Amino acid sequence: MKLVSAIIKPFKLDDVREALSEIGVQGVTVTEVKGFGRQKGHTELYRGAEYVVDFLPKVKVEVAVDEGMVDQVIEAITNTARTGKIGDGKIFVTNLEQAIRIRTGETGPEAL
Amino acid sequence: MMTKFNNKGLIAVLVAAVAISVPAIALAEEKLNSGDTAWMLVATALVLFMTIPGLSLFYGGMVRSKNVLSILMQCFAITALMTIIWMLYAYSFAFGDGGSMNGFFGGFDKALLQGVGVDALSGTIPETVFMTFQMTFAVITPALIVGAFAERMKFSAMLIFMAIWVSIVYAPISHWVWGGGWLAKYGVLDFAGGTVVHINAGIAGLVTALVLGKRHGFPTTAMPPHNLGLTLMGASMLWVGWFGFNAGSELAADGVAGMAMAVTQIAAATAALAWMFSEWVVHGKPSVLGIASGAVSGLVAITPASGSVGPMGALVIGLAAGVGCFLASTKLKRAMGYDDSLDVFGVHAIGGIIGALLTGIFSATTLGVFSGSGLGGDNTTIGAQLGAQFMGIAATVIYTGIVTYVILKVVDAVIGLRVSEDEEIEGLDLSHHDERGYII
Repeated sequence: MKLVSAIIKPFKLDDVREALSEIGVQGVTVTEVKGFGRQKGHTELYRGAEYVVDFLPKVKVEVAVDEGMVDQVIEAITNTARTGKIGDGKIFVTNLEQAIRIRTGETGPEAL
Repeated sequence: MMTKFNNKGLIAVLVAAVAISVPAIALAEEKLNSGDTAWMLVATALVLFMTIPGLSLFYGGMVRSKNVLSILMQCFAITALMTIIWMLYAYSFAFGDGGSMNGFFGGFDKALLQGVGVDALSGTIPETVFMTFQMTFAVITPALIVGAFAERMKFSAMLIFMAIWVSIVYAPISHWVWGGGWLAKYGVLDFAGGTVVHINAGIAGLVTALVLGKRHGFPTTAMPPHNLGLTLMGASMLWVGWFGFNAGSELAADGVAGMAMAVTQIAAATAALAWMFSEWVVHGKPSVLGIASGAVSGLVAITPASGSVGPMGALVIGLAAGVGCFLASTKLKRAMGYDDSLDVFGVHAIGGIIGALLTGIFSATTLGVFSGSGLGGDNTTIGAQLGAQFMGIAATVIYTGIVTYVILKVVDAVIGLRVSEDEEIEGLDLSHHDERGYII
């Protein structure tokens, strides 16, 4: 099992969710996050006072999937979240040791 | 020769017309005019609407979210407190007859609103309406100062400071200019309060900002406005309410009131665009805060002029105020390093001074398309009128500067002016009111 964590632009969330549903992903977890990458921050100006905003709002989408689906998930996210401009985000893939469905006690891929 | 004589005659008539419009010279034999009274009832409500909710929202949106309630609360409490003080004695200080002291102070003869009964008249309107109209000015002037010490003054100290300030600064100065005091005799033109309200509040704001010191973290920490939507709504309400402020200051529903309304609209719009384009040129983008601030600066600058300038004069005044206040609020404040949180000095003092001086020019009847409807008092030349305007500005700046400083020092010595650093960092909403503006 793998955990795919994608940091994306907030306005792309709906598209990504739809694309993941289409390839059969059963569930995702979404978190509003802030951070910076190569896009860095932006400046804001109020009556001559300039502020540099370092952390930009992004959305983190986490998907736990069986090994076989990882490439499809990555493809679905990259295709839908890409605008081609700086700040489109990143996808991280990590190994997932265990998964448990709380209601039934199922474990492993059956729990996903 | 003949023409010259006629012009002089015309000027004399116009001067007399302006003199009649000065509120203090109430002619006892005048009868109540229901049209004037109806308009003044509405104008009074409009000016109250400027403070609550107009100014409150304008300022409330500009502070950080942890202090939004403190601003709304201060404006609301000032509205209530000033009402009571005005009723008890401040109306008398401003518009009473001070006898031998009348040049400087209106005395106690109208204290507790004695004699201000159902049948009492002030010009062609009931004195109750005149008193309440002036009360709304005594409400908004202290409330304007709130922007200068926002996010760091103790609520209790604020109430005491404002109570003393309106009694010994605002009421006497309004007596000098409007109540038949010494400045009125020099023909200072201050139709709706550019000097009495705006320069006065702007200078008091600067002194308060200096005495209280900078906010914790200023200017290195980001302190952006938390909700510019509120600020724009507040500025819009101020704009609408200002028709009551300026056109209402005629105290009648007549041609002067009509022109006051027109020039108010023209100056506000010109200044809004002037600030917006200045910012666009200097910083690269036009901003919401900029256009809102510009409109307010134009409204401030046209205030003293609205009874005596024409549309083209208003255009120049709006342009000068938009550019001048933009520079004062963005460049001057940065250069000088004082923390006038919401630019009360940059907008109200600078805008008020620009307006007061240009009133001395564009009230003249000799400027062709830029002409106004006449100079004040016995002044026959623009030079003489500028002298009078300058004296009005200087007297206000010096008096309010010194007395405001003394009041602040006394209040500081007795109960302390400033919140503790912990309270300031936590935000005044929680530390002073046990409430939060946003529970999301």
